[in-house]
Amino acid sequence: MNRTRLFIPLGVFCLILFVSYVGFSLDDRHELPSALLGKPFPDFQAPMLYDPETIVTREHLLGEPTLVNVWATWCPTCKAEHAELMRIAATTGVRMVGLNYKDVGSKARRWLADYGDPYELVIVDADGAIGVELGVYGAPETFLLDAQGIVVYKRVGDVNERIWRDELAPRLAQMGVYKGLAKDASIQAANTADRP
Amino acid sequence: MILRCLTLTLALMLCTFSVRAASPVDIYQFDTPQQQQRYKALTDEFRCPKCLNTNIAGSDAPIAQDLRRTVHRLVVSEGYTDQQVRDFLQARYGDFVLYNPPLTGRTWLIWLMPVALGVIGLVVLFGLLLRARKRGVVSLDAEDQSRLQAILEKD
Repeated sequence: MNRTRLFIPLGVFCLILFVSYVGFSLDDRHELPSALLGKPFPDFQAPMLYDPETIVTREHLLGEPTLVNVWATWCPTCKAEHAELMRIAATTGVRMVGLNYKDVGSKARRWLADYGDPYELVIVDADGAIGVELGVYGAPETFLLDAQGIVVYKRVGDVNERIWRDELAPRLAQMGVYKGLAKDASIQAANTADRP
Repeated sequence: MILRCLTLTLALMLCTFSVRAASPVDIYQFDTPQQQQRYKALTDEFRCPKCLNTNIAGSDAPIAQDLRRTVHRLVVSEGYTDQQVRDFLQARYGDFVLYNPPLTGRTWLIWLMPVALGVIGLVVLFGLLLRARKRGVVSLDAEDQSRLQAILEKD
């Protein structure tokens, strides 16, 4: 009886090891559950990046599934994900809206001129007020809205190939937007053609 | 003279240190001292979503600045009650911003764990006490008694 008792500390040690292993492999910093999931995208009023006189509201995001990408020129990860956003815009025809978050307008326009513009529409959140409404705590963040403007998915961090393949593409396919076919890049060309 | 220089340098160093160590300062106007107090209490209460374990009052992160400004706006311009401010932030940033998360399906573990551990501790303690009592006081027989006496007398 005493013999088996000697193994209790070993058992406790193994338990601590296991709990620590699980605990430390959780990266909870970047994965806060979004409070907005399943809820309507909040009302907002924001000027357009290319046309600050025009005010965009929530209504402009309705009608078809939309990716809302929160980005800024000061955010290195935004640069990292840009190529993937360009690819999505060029090959899938999913509507993408950029929310330029706490940035300088001229820098943002310069960035889009340099790296390409994947967005159908870019709106400006200069002081981060819309960011607070969205529960944004670090760019980039990407929201997927359905046609009714309900947030069905949120990604904190970069949109990369894996996120596209595992998270976004299946949801868009389910909503009947993305058929897995490479659409003509003419959509993208048409989008950028009328820009200064 | 050297001493004076040293003191001055030290004082200057202390100055810069305290400036750097001080929590971020925003300048806000309040209509009443109560509003200021509520603002202070509320910003102390919320956890900064970006930085681990800092409240929004004590963080330099841009998001904490935004949230302080938001709390100020809600308290001063919009006239929210404390609970409405809490609900506002919780609706946007989730339970994470509350240092005092509500008891829900996902948080019951952190609420019940201390109670469970306390109960386990009490059970173990009672077990030990019971066993000690069962064993009772060990009485010495005549031989032990004389040995004890011998040892005591030796000193």
